[in-house]
Amino acid sequence: MISCGEAVRHLWEFLDRGLSDENQRAVEEHLAWCVRCCGELEFARSLRQLLRTTAEGGVPDDVRNRLSRFIDDLDHID
Amino acid sequence: MVLTASDTAALQQLARDELPGLYALARRLAGRNDAEDVVQEALLRACQAFGSLRDHQAGARWLRVILANVWRDRVRKDLRAPRELPVDDVERFSLYRTLVEEDPFPYSDSLHLDFLSAFTDDDVDTVLDRLPPRYRAPLVLRYVEGFATAQIARMLELPLGTVLSQLHRGRRLFEREMWNYAAECGLLPDQGGARAGEREGGGPRWSA
Repeated sequence: MISCGEAVRHLWEFLDRGLSDENQRAVEEHLAWCVRCCGELEFARSLRQLLRTTAEGGVPDDVRNRLSRFIDDLDHID
Repeated sequence: MVLTASDTAALQQLARDELPGLYALARRLAGRNDAEDVVQEALLRACQAFGSLRDHQAGARWLRVILANVWRDRVRKDLRAPRELPVDDVERFSLYRTLVEEDPFPYSDSLHLDFLSAFTDDDVDTVLDRLPPRYRAPLVLRYVEGFATAQIARMLELPLGTVLSQLHRGRRLFEREMWNYAAECGLLPDQGGARAGEREGGGPRWSA
């Protein structure tokens, strides 16, 4: 049995499946009865998703032009 | 290593295809000022190493690893420096509970999701920028780029335990900076946030 504090500390690792079997089970058991920590779990999941969905922003036009020229010139490198 | 004309053409095509992703990763790791330079250096290293890339299907991942290595070599000292943050403060912070306690959206029945929907992509980028590099990098490589923790440890040339610890602290710091940023930049409606609600109707980008 673990406390809410301990469960919350491990939630991201829990979602990553990065905990030891014993700790993974302990968090699972805690989540089975603790509604508040289930809310924390869903929030952690949403935060991870928020990070993932911002994966690619645009490249500013001037930067894209310079980098494109740089790529074009790669065949002149010794 | 001198590349054949067809290898050079293949690398150029790969670089063109992956440019947005490479630039986004460089911007997150190195910041806007240095991102372009990091991409260029990564491409030069890729030229040297292209002959060792056996599976061209894995080229996108391979370029990102090279780029992360370039960045690591630039900030090696900072990655290994002793931490200077007041750890206790960070360890105790929970964004979920802070939102419940502060209740910035008093009429909302989806408080936590409303909070997240106030953030644009640029806002999330800015919050990440605020984190010290040694906490930001593992977070970006793990949760934005999807690298496994053990691979991140190899890329950053750090012990696995150090990366796990930096990830843990980085997540807490990220949550705290989300809250601080929202308060400072007017994303919270009960603080007169001019920008609050701007994303209304945009839909939750993070739904699993």
